[in-house]
Amino acid sequence: MSDTVSTPLGETWRRLLRNRSFVIGAVVVSLIVAVAVLAPLIAPHDPLRNNFRTRLQPPGEIFWFGTDHFGRDILSRILHGGRISLIIGASTVVVTGIFGTAIGAVAGFFRALDEPIMRLMDAIMAFPAILLAMAIAAVMGASVTNVVIALSIATTPHTARIVRGSVLVVREMEYVEAARALGASELRVLFRHVLVNVTGPLIVRLTYVFAIAILAEAALSFIGVGPPPPAPSFGNIIANGRDFMIVAPWITIFPGLAIIAVVLGLNLLGDGLRDVLDPRTRI
Amino acid sequence: MRAADTASARDAASGGAPLLEVVGLTTTLVATGASVLEDIAFTVEAGETLCVVGESGSGKSMLALAIMGLLPPAIRIRRGEIRVHGEDLARLSPAEWRARRGRDLAMIFQEPMTALNPVMRAGAQVAEVLRKRRGMTDDAARGEALRLFERVGIPNARARLSAYPHELSGGLRQRVMIAIALAAEARLLLADEPTTALDVTIQAQILDLLNDLRRERGLGLMLITHDLGVVAEMADRVLVLYAGRMAELAPVAALFDRPMHPYTRALLASIPTSEGPRTRLVAIDGAVPAVGAMPQGCRFRPRCPHADARCEAVPPLVAHEPRHHAACWATAPEDRAS
Amino acid sequence: MTSEAPLIEARSLAKVFHRRRLFAAGATGLRAVDDLDLAIHRGETLGLVGESGCGKTTTGRLLLRLIEPSAGRVMFDGHDLTSLDASAMRRLRRRMQIVFQDPYGSLNPRMTVGETITEAFIIHGIGDRTERQQRLNRLLDRVRMPRTAASRYPHEFSGGQRQRIGIARALALEPQFIVCDEAVSALDVSVQAQIINLLQDLQQDLGLTYLFISHNLAVVRHISTRIAVMYLGRIVEAAQTDALFAHPEHPYTRALLASVPVTHPSHRGRRLRLEGDLPAATAVVRGCRFAGRCPHVEDRCRSVDPELAPRPGGGLVACHRVADRTLPWSATHP
Repeated sequence: MSDTVSTPLGETWRRLLRNRSFVIGAVVVSLIVAVAVLAPLIAPHDPLRNNFRTRLQPPGEIFWFGTDHFGRDILSRILHGGRISLIIGASTVVVTGIFGTAIGAVAGFFRALDEPIMRLMDAIMAFPAILLAMAIAAVMGASVTNVVIALSIATTPHTARIVRGSVLVVREMEYVEAARALGASELRVLFRHVLVNVTGPLIVRLTYVFAIAILAEAALSFIGVGPPPPAPSFGNIIANGRDFMIVAPWITIFPGLAIIAVVLGLNLLGDGLRDVLDPRTRI
Repeated sequence: MRAADTASARDAASGGAPLLEVVGLTTTLVATGASVLEDIAFTVEAGETLCVVGESGSGKSMLALAIMGLLPPAIRIRRGEIRVHGEDLARLSPAEWRARRGRDLAMIFQEPMTALNPVMRAGAQVAEVLRKRRGMTDDAARGEALRLFERVGIPNARARLSAYPHELSGGLRQRVMIAIALAAEARLLLADEPTTALDVTIQAQILDLLNDLRRERGLGLMLITHDLGVVAEMADRVLVLYAGRMAELAPVAALFDRPMHPYTRALLASIPTSEGPRTRLVAIDGAVPAVGAMPQGCRFRPRCPHADARCEAVPPLVAHEPRHHAACWATAPEDRAS
Repeated sequence: MTSEAPLIEARSLAKVFHRRRLFAAGATGLRAVDDLDLAIHRGETLGLVGESGCGKTTTGRLLLRLIEPSAGRVMFDGHDLTSLDASAMRRLRRRMQIVFQDPYGSLNPRMTVGETITEAFIIHGIGDRTERQQRLNRLLDRVRMPRTAASRYPHEFSGGQRQRIGIARALALEPQFIVCDEAVSALDVSVQAQIINLLQDLQQDLGLTYLFISHNLAVVRHISTRIAVMYLGRIVEAAQTDALFAHPEHPYTRALLASVPVTHPSHRGRRLRLEGDLPAATAVVRGCRFAGRCPHVEDRCRSVDPELAPRPGGGLVACHRVADRTLPWSATHP
């Protein structure tokens, strides 16, 4: 079966729009992205301004989601924090997409390089992603860039493995052989005939990478190796609220719900994409 | 007692009715109501081979699945009867229909690998049927499985009993499928392109085997194929399907000598032959219409060289000779066509 | 027999596929093609028949050097393909093309029909935009596809139409030699006739030479001027089509022809069948490759490999008992 061979765009769209998880996921994710982009315009308060008179306020009319121990508005911090979390997620997707595709394509297409490359990827995959990211962030210091680098290193091997698997299937297709028979160079075959036909599984994987990155960012921030304060991210808002969980649970609950919403949305989106683009991987 | 429920007892109960009698069978897509098969009617007698011929899109595989009660959920039987030993299966519950499968009718497929259990030894799959359908003990079932393997011509039968399906060649797998059908003592065997995936020398072996079994056990064989060579080799009677309708139903010699439907004629003229002069093939322009995009009236009309105004109405299936029927306005005898 | 040099010729060609395995015990590969000699002459259609696993598809790929041979040479119009460097090979590819079996897998689903057909021009730097467009239109006309097909994607077409597109792609570079690898096997019979007729018309109009690979003997008989029968990586018999069908010499050819279903129900009759399956081509065989299934096998067949030798009535056959005329005639053929 040529499951990795995707059908052209119009048909793919029609099937996606009929897929319930895709539609729900797409709506949730777009809402969250829109809100994060518009955060400076719609946030009711300054997310960084301390105000000791409004410390640890429970959710109410002025502060819908309450305030933290510096008196900062949680809603505004979540809106702004979403930007950093999404930037980290999106950057990881881009970096992993580029490296995962390149490494997977080279391994799958040039058979001599397959063994050495994939053994190296296996070695990286042997470490739990979060441990690897922690170690890298701890060594290089806490910054948005370093978190992205750490998460990209952690998520690239699996992405490369998926791309390699699809390349191995597509490279055996007869249209690839037809291109060779016409005299096409190996690079032309790779780019014009192989890579364009592995986009389905890749897009699906990158959706999950996005979700993994947001979760991992939260985990890294929680243990103090994430993007540094005072700038808010989902993870460090929760980290800040850790000491007040009993007296002011809203500090951790609301950003926690935000993470759940993003990750759930992305997973639904990914499931829908997978059903339509890459039915082979359905379990 | 299941063991007592033998084929001869069933024959007596049905009172000499044909093994299979399909009457006015119409199936439709649940979603759109578009018809997949329309008004199909034929019989298969004991000891007879009926070949169902058609191209992809003719509905020939759907017909087999409908008779087996294995239609996909998107398609359902709208009208008609499927009588096996005189009993209308279409009115049975799914569970009752399932009980008839294997006992009264069995099916073999183009790719036996998909029909065999990949993690169960071939002999055990035959023995399981013997235990369940014929109430045999483990020992008896083992002995009978060996006997059946030998009967269907599996060389080294004793060793092959403990082989897994993937360890067998395509031809041997098809023989195992036939052994399973024999194990249940099904009197009616539906074979959907059973030799299409096989090499020509193996195809010949399997066709010979089916013919021998039909003769020896009085099986009714409904053989679905796209290959007119297989038809010429095997059929007693032939049903030609086009786009879900019956085009022609005739004894095999009459069909090859005096085809009455323009589609049958075109089909016969379009195949290269392994003997006789090599003349240019007569191709049929266009392709079989898709379900839901069927032309009004005769469905072969857009591709037919003889089409005229009458063909905008559905042509009835009329008899040209006592057992030779065709559905065409142009070739119908004068008194019937008006 | 033509005295002219063949257009394409295989000499002692072999291909062994080694399975990549970490802990392989012993290095016996699959001998898909084993010491094969074959010549195809200008303007002829050579039918290559045999059962699955006999190596006929591999042979087609080797002749086009789509895969590298393990041993032997392929000569194309005087050039030794196996010794050419990449750029010389690319130039020669313009003269030899292939049409595939699978009308679904042989077209890139992400490329329009126009892109698929004109890719050859881009690779070889042929023409400018307008000239490529004109050539594309001519090719679509030639395979009887509407010109509007160019901007559409393969999935919008039926199997027969896709096969026409695949043929147009093969014709783009105006080749002399085309390998048709089961090119009509996946099609319905009525569509199959359309494509066979098209291939024959193209051959007549363009003076093409075909290697027509198929398991369908009736189709091969219809289209071929000459037929070569393959068994386990070797040619066992080759002759003009009518001579081969009228008087098959090799016991395998006889069995193969006897297995073809009759064309009319009145020709039915019991004929001798080959027993057993095609053995796997992994073992190193001494003697004749067909000895294990041959009804006329003798001791020498198991030890001495028969050479291809001239056959009564023209052509070549590799059988000891045909060579010394001790093979009973009627045993496997009516």
